[in-house]
Amino acid sequence: MTITHHEVHADHQLSFVRRYIFSQDHKIIGIQYLMTSFVMALVGGLLAMLIRLQVGFPGARWPLAGLLFPGGFSGGAIKPDFYLSVVTMHGTIMIFFVLTTSLSGGFGNFLIPLQIGARDMAFPFLNMLSYWLYPPAILILLASFFVAGGAPNSGWTAYVPLSALKEAAPGSGLGQTLWLIALAMLIVAFLFGSLNYITTIFQMRTRGMSMMRMPLTIWAMFVTAILMLLAFPVLFAAVIMLLFDRLAGTSFFVPSGLVVGGQLISHSGGNPLLWQHLFWFLGHPEVYVLILPPMGIVSEILATQARKPIFGYRYMVGSMVAIAGLSFLVWGHHMYVSGMHPLVGAAFMATTLVIAIPSAIKTFNWVATLWRARIRFSPAMLFAIGFVSLFVTGGLTGIFLGSPPVDIYLHDTYFVVAHFHFVMASAALFGLFAGTYHWFPKMFGRMMDERLGRIHFWLTFVGIYATFFPMHFAGVAGMMRRIYSTSLYAHLQGLGVLNMFISLAAFGLGLAQLIFAYNFLVSLFRGQKAEANPWEATTLEWQTSSPPPHGNFGDTLPTVYRWPYDYSVPDAPRDYIPQTVPPTPLPVQGGAGDPGAQ
Amino acid sequence: MAVPQAPTLEKPPPPRGPNRPNGEDGGHPRDGGDAMVRPPLPSARIAVWLLVGAITILFAAFTSTYLARRGEADWRVGPLPSILWLNTLVLLLSSASLYWARHRGRRGHLDDVRMGVAVATALGVLFLMGQVAAWRQLVAAGIYLTTNPHSAFFYLLTGTHAVHLVGGVAALGYALRAARRATNPARALEVVEPVATYWHFVDGLWLYLFGILFWL
Repeated sequence: MTITHHEVHADHQLSFVRRYIFSQDHKIIGIQYLMTSFVMALVGGLLAMLIRLQVGFPGARWPLAGLLFPGGFSGGAIKPDFYLSVVTMHGTIMIFFVLTTSLSGGFGNFLIPLQIGARDMAFPFLNMLSYWLYPPAILILLASFFVAGGAPNSGWTAYVPLSALKEAAPGSGLGQTLWLIALAMLIVAFLFGSLNYITTIFQMRTRGMSMMRMPLTIWAMFVTAILMLLAFPVLFAAVIMLLFDRLAGTSFFVPSGLVVGGQLISHSGGNPLLWQHLFWFLGHPEVYVLILPPMGIVSEILATQARKPIFGYRYMVGSMVAIAGLSFLVWGHHMYVSGMHPLVGAAFMATTLVIAIPSAIKTFNWVATLWRARIRFSPAMLFAIGFVSLFVTGGLTGIFLGSPPVDIYLHDTYFVVAHFHFVMASAALFGLFAGTYHWFPKMFGRMMDERLGRIHFWLTFVGIYATFFPMHFAGVAGMMRRIYSTSLYAHLQGLGVLNMFISLAAFGLGLAQLIFAYNFLVSLFRGQKAEANPWEATTLEWQTSSPPPHGNFGDTLPTVYRWPYDYSVPDAPRDYIPQTVPPTPLPVQGGAGDPGAQ
Repeated sequence: MAVPQAPTLEKPPPPRGPNRPNGEDGGHPRDGGDAMVRPPLPSARIAVWLLVGAITILFAAFTSTYLARRGEADWRVGPLPSILWLNTLVLLLSSASLYWARHRGRRGHLDDVRMGVAVATALGVLFLMGQVAAWRQLVAAGIYLTTNPHSAFFYLLTGTHAVHLVGGVAALGYALRAARRATNPARALEVVEPVATYWHFVDGLWLYLFGILFWL
């Protein structure tokens, strides 16, 4: 299903709808994924603000916010069940509908064909189908806010029996059903996407682009796609079984003898732990689905802006593969308090702590890449360096939580919230920002404003640490995750000021994102025109125009002669040599065969 | 190559010469260029194997919960609808027919490819009808989805399997059309072979499910 030359030049004849809406061009699909994800990030971000409104100022009244969600507020104060809906939807949206879709769907689609020298994906139609399952899934998900009982209350992990029994919570009615259907649709979209990515990377690499000459972004997308293909079907199975339990009265997950609201329920013989096992068998690979693409993006940007080859390319590839493989063996560390046998817990601890090794290799290599480099502090580079910082901060607390004796104390506290917001959420978000600043010129042919980008970075970086670092203290003090109000428990009374500080920091962090939104939107239309290769980068996408034409590379596809990290090669006339520059005799005086020229 | 090279910081890969464009593992077949390189495998073949991998994981998840559940004290295996034996035979014959179609196709008999695919498709439809009959047998015996854990798993596993088989029958229909339009056996097999891979997989999947549902 490759695109012929005839089709390549036929793009003028495509109608607006075929070109920009039901497009089969990977670049458009990537941009669609990215833009939709940004809209969803706005929704998820606003929900986060609501969470902080409640936790920072428990009992306070917000008549104006109450107007937005009349059902969720009572007398201007957030209702407890609505608070849980907000927490659930914030997590669901951010993890599945923002970070997975933007990083894998957005950058994966946009970059894979461009960086491997292909005209499009192996299955463009399937690719279009993948995107077009996403907006309907969003509509179904958000519809749950407006049905009787509201959005689900069971958290993004949808633990059974809360998620299985309609009587268990207000949001466990239709809202939870819609949540499950939306997730199932998105899983199918991800499967189409990953099938496409893997096949494309296997089949469509241009001449000379061996696997070990692929940019690390492509390696990251490749490994991520394999993870998605092997992990999401498990969640799909769990979702189907839960739907059966909810709609058809089976008892896969619901145990016997449960009494809800004074009524003995009719289900019998299920096991709620099965849901946890299935969920986390996906759930843990999923966090690497979120973090591997940023790892690739960051490696790419660090090398480009440090003007140095990435340190330890093969170890970078190997560590990604190792992380992906290990991610299937660690799901039990989410379940240390589920009553598992201590020996099993110890086994999961061992596999969990082993992940620190490939992660440390990557961190070491990133820092070594920066070592004695002539760094260009572009906004993308700042976010890439910020990523490394957040990843280390969050990764270190992962070692605490990976040990059962510590985790049993800290489980389901704000310590966990702090941990995963650093290592997975914020770090992935930084990867998203870094990638956006870096590839914006290639996507839209215009530059983003660098000054605004730097301001955005510093406010975000400080804002993230100010928001999430104090949560460690709240967690150690015993503050429970998803707790509606600190005023409910005596041992949390002293945490009011800390939570108020966190909330104010979070509001600042949220406001800082408006700078990015402004910069993004204005640059789309008024940004300075971008050259083909504004960052003087080596990879293939920078060797074609900005934005690339339909079919990406003109009449002939590029041939690759070297790896993607020939930066600051000794004796080369420029500090970068694009992958398309053939091996020529060493340039003699007079400058024949200037490799920097395109 | 003894000519001096443009400098690079790339580590030379051991088996290949440094800086030689190693086109054998990539390339764009329609791109002109001096070396026309074909991809080593048709993309559809890779996609089918990836699909098979994903579906394997799906059923691994289902059946691992099944295995966990059947360890409990209240576990009872329900009656075996007798028609399942017949269904199994039909499905095996369907796979055999596809195998024969491919075998004959490789020897250049286009008509036999068409015949084999047509028979396999018909048998596939027959199997689906047989599964519906099996469910009706159980319903007649008063065994519903929620009757006991085994019946819930029985309907879940056979139902999900049937959904994948419906997709397989659709793919067989597509392959049949491609085989009818093909002018030579090789062309027909380009479509028939990936579809056959999928069909043999759902066939094997049935044997696995049948086995663990009643014989484990």
